[in-house]
Amino acid sequence: MNSKLVASLREAIGLAGLHDGMTISFHHHLRNGDHVLNMVLEEIAGLGIRELTVNASSIFDVHAPILEHIQNHVVTKLQCDYMAATVGRAVSQGILDTPVEFRTHGGRPRDIALGRTPIDVAFIAAPTADPMGNCSGKYGKSACGSLGYAFADARYAKKVVVITDNLVPYPLQDWSIPETDVDYVVTVDAIGDPKGIVSGTTRITRDPVGLVMASQAAQVIRHSGLLKDGFSFQTGAGGASLAAAKFLKDIMVAEGIQGSFGLGGITGYMVDMLRAGCFRSLLDVQCFDLQAVESIRDDPRHQEISAQHYAAPGDRSAVVDSLDVVILGATEIDTDFNVNVHTDSSGSIMGGSGGHSDTAAGAKLAMIIAPMFRARLPIITDHVTCISTPGRDIDVLVTQGGIAVNPNNTELQRRLSDAGLPLLDIRALKEKAEAITGKPRALPRGDRVIAQVFGREGQLQDVIYNVPQK
Amino acid sequence: MTEIIRAASAGTLESSDVYVEIEPRTQGIELQLESVVLGQFGGAIEAAVREILAQFQVENARLHVVDRGALDCVIRARVETAILRGKGDN
Repeated sequence: MNSKLVASLREAIGLAGLHDGMTISFHHHLRNGDHVLNMVLEEIAGLGIRELTVNASSIFDVHAPILEHIQNHVVTKLQCDYMAATVGRAVSQGILDTPVEFRTHGGRPRDIALGRTPIDVAFIAAPTADPMGNCSGKYGKSACGSLGYAFADARYAKKVVVITDNLVPYPLQDWSIPETDVDYVVTVDAIGDPKGIVSGTTRITRDPVGLVMASQAAQVIRHSGLLKDGFSFQTGAGGASLAAAKFLKDIMVAEGIQGSFGLGGITGYMVDMLRAGCFRSLLDVQCFDLQAVESIRDDPRHQEISAQHYAAPGDRSAVVDSLDVVILGATEIDTDFNVNVHTDSSGSIMGGSGGHSDTAAGAKLAMIIAPMFRARLPIITDHVTCISTPGRDIDVLVTQGGIAVNPNNTELQRRLSDAGLPLLDIRALKEKAEAITGKPRALPRGDRVIAQVFGREGQLQDVIYNVPQK
Repeated sequence: MTEIIRAASAGTLESSDVYVEIEPRTQGIELQLESVVLGQFGGAIEAAVREILAQFQVENARLHVVDRGALDCVIRARVETAILRGKGDN
């Protein structure tokens, strides 16, 4: 029987020909439960290979051991779409000599496909695989559902190593990534910790401020002119965004509106909307919770899509081009509607665009939902610390203190005004917040660029500076 | 003048709240301030704390203020409560 099985990860790394200065890649469907990035870097460090570029679709707190590999020059450059606060803080303090390259979830696969960010060896964390490398995220003890972000890595990397903790006989049925893309298969005890991979049930917020914002968000959608048969929708997994989805579902069910698709990172709430008849299908690049994983496995209407299909610009089309409404978050938004999701208010990296810019650019209505202030820091600023998504792609900001429509979208302005929603100029909303919080003093910024933010079209959109140490 | 005769506290360490501890001190005010928004609002927080102390004529006390991004009105209320809990005649 043919087999691509190799005895150990170390052997696979050797067979793949990895050496100093190369680029390796990872996908983030195992989220904060991922073991694969850490175990691969551990082996690579043990082999004495140095000066690697790590291209990971996202870097989570669980990946903190990468900091040691950076200090030891095993890793000298990072490319990612999102970076959680633990690694982000160290990067903001200047741990890397080379700036981090941030892309969007659509820009990353586009740049991989075009050879702008070539990958030498891709490591695919596969919850189930067969000995020839057909693999899936839907089955196994480490099931994560969709493998959407890994498709480009598997397709375009020079060598592809599948790492699994659930090897099944050939052929695996219902594979996501086909054997045609895979060079080697390695089995390990555990590719991740299920507790960190999927949350049990994602709960909607009970915070009254969040509920006010969510109900306003649902009213904006209701009166946008887009909520009719064929409606398509994406929302984040944040508490207020999920609550907005729940209010929206109530409206759609009451009015008998049948949408076309729900998109994105999928949660149980979107699954509930599918089952309630709000959508004909779900298009899923990443599952956030157990209910989503079960649904993508069992319900043919719940379809896995690649990151390229989800969001990549420059292809003939992507799903975001057909999206009606997206609800997004922000750490800051400025009076020109530019949004920051890369840093906190003190300038330290704690996130990234992910699909933010892609969906904002594609959707007919891109809504930011955010409180007027968090822990005394106003959300609306004169200039965001980092432009993650340009203001021209944002249509409306919903806060508990009022709704600000981008003046470029005159039609939405008119519709919401006719509906009697509490509209305010974004500058007035900023003043309203500052009347409660006081005006924050600007923090000193470093003078060294520690990250570059590439917009979804591939242009350098902004840079992030180091945060000076006190 | 309000005399602080026992250690007292008010508030919590929840986000958007402030935890204020107050205790007796023989000479003057000693204020130790921590805040997640020290850079943006440190001056305003200290001014608010000292204003409430002056309002209650507290001249001798040691305060430890741990701020988690509380609004000005919350800071004033927590400091006031800590004073009332730590003063002599209640």
